Amino acid sequence: MTVVVAWSADEYGAAALAHGAAQAEQKHEDLVVVNVTRGDAYVDRRYAADEEIARVTAAVKGLGLEVRVVHGVVDDVPTAVVDEIRTTRASLAVVGIRHRSPVGKMLLGSVAQRIILDAPCPVLAVKPDPEADLI
Amino acid sequence: MDLLLEGFATALTPTNLLFAVIGVLLGTAVGVLPGIGPAMTVALLLPVTYSVEPSSALIMFAGIYYGGMYGGSTTSILLNTPGESSSVVTALEGNKMAKKGRAAQALATAAIGSFVAGTIGTVLLVILAPNIADLVVKLGAPSYFAIMLLALFAVTAVLGTSKLRGFIALFLGLSIGLIGTTTGQARLTFGEAKLADGIDIVVVAVAIFAIGEALWVAAHLRRKPLDIIPVGQPWMSRSDWGRSWKPWLRGTAFGFPFGALPAGGAEVPTFLSYITERRLTKHPEEFGNGAIEGVAGPEAANNASAAGTLVPLLAIGLPTTATAAVILVAIQSYGLQPGPQFLDSNPELVWGLLASLFIANTLLLVINLPLAPVWAKLLQIPRPYLYAGILFFASLGAFSVNFDAFDLALLGVLGLLGLAMRRFGLPVLPLIIGVILGPRVENQLAEALAISQGDVSTLWSEPVAVVVYVVMALLLVGTIVAGRRAGAAAPGPEKKEEVSA
Repeated sequence: MTVVVAWSADEYGAAALAHGAAQAEQKHEDLVVVNVTRGDAYVDRRYAADEEIARVTAAVKGLGLEVRVVHGVVDDVPTAVVDEIRTTRASLAVVGIRHRSPVGKMLLGSVAQRIILDAPCPVLAVKPDPEADLI
Repeated sequence: MDLLLEGFATALTPTNLLFAVIGVLLGTAVGVLPGIGPAMTVALLLPVTYSVEPSSALIMFAGIYYGGMYGGSTTSILLNTPGESSSVVTALEGNKMAKKGRAAQALATAAIGSFVAGTIGTVLLVILAPNIADLVVKLGAPSYFAIMLLALFAVTAVLGTSKLRGFIALFLGLSIGLIGTTTGQARLTFGEAKLADGIDIVVVAVAIFAIGEALWVAAHLRRKPLDIIPVGQPWMSRSDWGRSWKPWLRGTAFGFPFGALPAGGAEVPTFLSYITERRLTKHPEEFGNGAIEGVAGPEAANNASAAGTLVPLLAIGLPTTATAAVILVAIQSYGLQPGPQFLDSNPELVWGLLASLFIANTLLLVINLPLAPVWAKLLQIPRPYLYAGILFFASLGAFSVNFDAFDLALLGVLGLLGLAMRRFGLPVLPLIIGVILGPRVENQLAEALAISQGDVSTLWSEPVAVVVYVVMALLLVGTIVAGRRAGAAAPGPEKKEEVSA
């Protein structure tokens, strides 16, 4: 059993990772961090650079957790996360959520919403806490 | 001088100023985006020539051309992916500077250098174009024929890595230019009545630049996102200024003549400028690790070459780059023919255009220096959205030529040709120059032979023509010798760079 964190390289991903790590510690389970992109824009700020992945891996390992990182280009981000949840038979998934403007809702799909609705396990939806000490 | 002041009067009318602003904004945007370049943008905007005044349209297109040269550097520096083929060299030092935390200085020297070079280049253009036109007006058909042959030969043989691929592209272009019945007999029409008038050059340009590139990107849609380097407001310290101004001037000196010659394009002068700066620098240890001279020189060179390109375009009607070729199509679609008489018969248009170049250059400095981080955000747009828009405008543009669905079929066929050319590494420039110049070469040849009543020796009866043939022969020998030498040294694997047409 594992805890799967849908991680993006921003404050929402950081919140998800912090809560995911805390849950994994409590449940004595391994952590799987998923950071994937559709790769259809030249720059995707939510897709982490390799150095960023190394930093996060080291930080999580510092907490005494086993961690595996899924990092790459996929056809569809939510599908990739849900597939990871299924293959690792995860007990919990963690996603960061945000407010979206009406225009944003019209233009952009929500990765978090699709994961919450499609995941076979319970999903913990978290928000960034400006005062928390994040990974 | 009076003519130039009158030009400013034309360029500063609210309408034309608006078109200049639209032009530089669009130009910077397409310059920033890899794969989309000024040539494609001007090709997509060709339909505006049906309803917009010639001066406004040309001012906008010139703004796009200059803007593309500015925007390309932003992507080169921040992303290490050149936004334009003319910014390939900028990436060498520019991205290293950015990685060392000097992105702001790299962007500043690129923008200010572009402004300096663009302004000097435009001054040279204003001085040279009328004088060259006065010389050219005395030439007869044989000289014209020779000069155009030289242009076709030079863009094919001098540029690009493979001469064979260049000539394949050139002959594809010449064949497309042959289609039709302009000479009285039907050539390559395959009995199709709709091909009798030839293929409209707008359809060819849009298909090769826009459809070909869109299909190519669609075939390579998924790729690892690049690491972009965050940057604040561009600025330079006193020592950066001190190290930049000489490379700016030297870059201008390389860029302008190369732009004006039919061996044109910005690739050669930017590379030469880079080599020169590396040799002359007082900080050789910094080269390869982000030397500001290596950004300042090439960026000045590419803007100066854009100004230089307009000399043969306006004075002789000879395009030397893909963007200049498409701008020529735009001018021709107004029923005007650039060349020696063009400056005298359309002073308001030409001088308005030249004045607008000064305005565009200043606008570009003003919008680029503070807004570089904003432009970099364009890179986050998912490509499917971008290319869906491009395909839409491409189809609209091709359809609006004759309001005939047949043109859309042609667009599809030629678009597949454009995809195949990218797949097999054929350069696009010889094709488009071939399509545009092919029929004109034929006209000049026919005219020369008609005057001489079929005597072929008329072709080398003018001194200018003889000089041009000698230059061509030297170029031919030079390329063969260079090819031999390169062949002796083991040919390295060709590196495929993603750059815009």
